[in-house]
Amino acid sequence: MRLIVEGVGHRYGALEVLDGISLTVAEGEIVAVIGPSGCGKSTLLGILGGLLEPSAGRILTDGAPPAGCLNPFTYVFQDFALLPWRSVAGNVAFALEHHRLTAAERERRVAEVLATTGLADFADALPKQLSGGMRQRVGIARALAVTPAVLLLDEPLSALDAQTRELLIEEFLALWPRHRTTAVYVTHNLDEALRLADRVCVLSRRPGRVREIVAVDVPRPERDGARLASLRDRLWRLIQDEARAADRERQPEILDAGDHR
Amino acid sequence: MMAPLRFRGGGFTIQPKRHTGWIAGLAVIAIWQGASSAGWVSPIFLPSPAGIAQALADMALSGQLWRHLAASLKRIVAGFVLGGSAGLAIGLALGLLSHVRAAGLPIISALFPIPKIALLPLFILWFGIGEPSKVATIALGVFFPMAIATYSGVDQVPRTLIRMAQSFDVPALAIVGKVILPGALPGILAGVRISASIGLVLVVAAEMIGAEFGVGAYILTAGNLMRTEDLLAGVCLLSVLGITVGFAVSAAERRLLGWRQ
Repeated sequence: MRLIVEGVGHRYGALEVLDGISLTVAEGEIVAVIGPSGCGKSTLLGILGGLLEPSAGRILTDGAPPAGCLNPFTYVFQDFALLPWRSVAGNVAFALEHHRLTAAERERRVAEVLATTGLADFADALPKQLSGGMRQRVGIARALAVTPAVLLLDEPLSALDAQTRELLIEEFLALWPRHRTTAVYVTHNLDEALRLADRVCVLSRRPGRVREIVAVDVPRPERDGARLASLRDRLWRLIQDEARAADRERQPEILDAGDHR
Repeated sequence: MMAPLRFRGGGFTIQPKRHTGWIAGLAVIAIWQGASSAGWVSPIFLPSPAGIAQALADMALSGQLWRHLAASLKRIVAGFVLGGSAGLAIGLALGLLSHVRAAGLPIISALFPIPKIALLPLFILWFGIGEPSKVATIALGVFFPMAIATYSGVDQVPRTLIRMAQSFDVPALAIVGKVILPGALPGILAGVRISASIGLVLVVAAEMIGAEFGVGAYILTAGNLMRTEDLLAGVCLLSVLGITVGFAVSAAERRLLGWRQ
């Protein structure tokens, strides 16, 4: 499914956080959105998945969702958003329970995604018994269980330590070619963006505008430090000044996309 | 010059001491009994532990104990069920609906601090001197802490969990049942603990007006007749009742809230 963003802007009261965002995400493409903190990345993602109504512009979709799709726009959250009172399998099943599925089909979907994310042995574990990395694997398994058309990843690795992050990137790269789900990946981590994305959309500081969209034209398996170095430099120069300026700004009292009622 | 490094940590952590509690309790009773047996305190002002135990045993053998206990328990349970379920429902509405909160919270804040026993005469006018006025007093006393605990429990539910459920298109009613209620359960159980002890206070107070049976009536009669052994036997019953409720809530917490970190 193709995702078309047309002139999307958003404001929280008097505070303008996004302005005139236009972007097209092609079918089967991963677009990373990077930018300094407070640039409205998460707000944009909230708008893309219909959790937040934009103040301006619109979102269009083009094409049919994949067969068996239960929830076209599906999030993976930074803080995992697992129900702490449910087991791993219960958390995955939570995304399926309100759909008209036979019990067998539901169990099949749960078992399948737990197997692909390496969680089969943890089906009965509670979130509190899992490491951060395992918790995010549950978040990913839950997202895959509904066969999404577009995956919306909101800094999915930010809460994890560097080693775990590396492991999950590798797993994601191994997993992704199977489904080739269209994805928008919000991050403030340049390396994550360069490893995963087909294109990187650089946002300016608040109000977030598209500064540049950079194609990463190195095939994913060949992406290593050396091949990406010049691209990384270019992106870093783009966001450096913005990041510095954003860093020195006073924090306004805004509700981020997740907290906005 | 070499010197061993001075150790500065330690302390400020409370460790469980299993036997200390029993020993301290027995010591207090032993000293009390010793003072009574030695004739240092008059049995009218402070009867001996043995005397109280004797009074309790007599009460149990004559069947009085069960009759009074049953009368009190019936009132507490009826008041608790009525007030608790109303408090739960209103608390949920306060937690979920902006208009209900804006309208209801000032009213609740104004009525909560009223000692409910002050309203007993009014309830007697409305419902007569029998059971309904006593049950209504307890129900009202239980209602407020339950409503307040429930709505603050609802506030404690992480908003990201609700957004997550919405992002999977979970219907609103299912969000209340599967996300908000279980997430508010720690707060609700804390409310049960508080309101149970309030119920105990109110049942005793209510039974001191126009009740033939009940622990409160028994204590009042014993006091009027200067039978301090019986009076303190009644007080012991109340203590046991309170401890039992406390244990029951703790057991429920262990069973239902094992998922907490």
